[in-house]
Amino acid sequence: MTVEIRYFAWVRERVGTEAETLDLPEGTQTVSDLLSWLKNRDERFAHAFEDMDTIRVALDQEHSEHDQLIGNAREIAIFPPMTGG
Amino acid sequence: MSGPITPKVLIQAEDFDAAAEAGALSAGRKDVGALVTFTGLCRDEDGRLSALELEHYPGMAEAEITRIAKEACSRWPLTGLTVIHRFGKIAPGGNIVLVAAASSHRRAAFEAADYLMDFLKTRAPFWKKEHLKEGSEGSWVEAKTIDDDAAKRWTPG
Repeated sequence: MTVEIRYFAWVRERVGTEAETLDLPEGTQTVSDLLSWLKNRDERFAHAFEDMDTIRVALDQEHSEHDQLIGNAREIAIFPPMTGG
Repeated sequence: MSGPITPKVLIQAEDFDAAAEAGALSAGRKDVGALVTFTGLCRDEDGRLSALELEHYPGMAEAEITRIAKEACSRWPLTGLTVIHRFGKIAPGGNIVLVAAASSHRRAAFEAADYLMDFLKTRAPFWKKEHLKEGSEGSWVEAKTIDDDAAKRWTPG
């Protein structure tokens, strides 16, 4: 499954990229599966995802929970808690 | 009675004119009895900040704020609702966000504006970074538990 991953704010700074297209490994079903896989990629990702509870994810531009299935989502965004307003 | 109105939502780098936006919600109408306008501005944090930089998620920012605004329009009998959120670098004293809610009666207008701000804070994909006067780049503003608690007030149970 090929997805576009986008990173924002300090997650973007820590992983060192704004966006990338990735082939997800077999068996990646939930948001949590994806985050665990990303965390093990290298040191930068390990640093970005050291506190999983602070990581927020949107599937096709809608907020989602970590236990949610990725399903057919094509755009997955990963970011810290929001501070707008 | 007609259904909920369609809110006006703008995500932009440019400044906005709060008085003109508010005025447009009552211009030429006789059914508006209450108009609440909230403007969020950039503070200098006791002279420490030179600017705030707002990063946003284009596409989702519009989509999420529209979802929140439509929910407000279905919860309260509003006659008009305008939400504008800026992104980019904003100097102290500058405008960041505008919520203008109009209704026949004050309670709906007050509550809808309050609701909008609580959810903009916690669900609109924007992130603030401080730029300091002393030294170059500051740090990312941390999300506050008090904002999460404020948003929870609107969910029963």
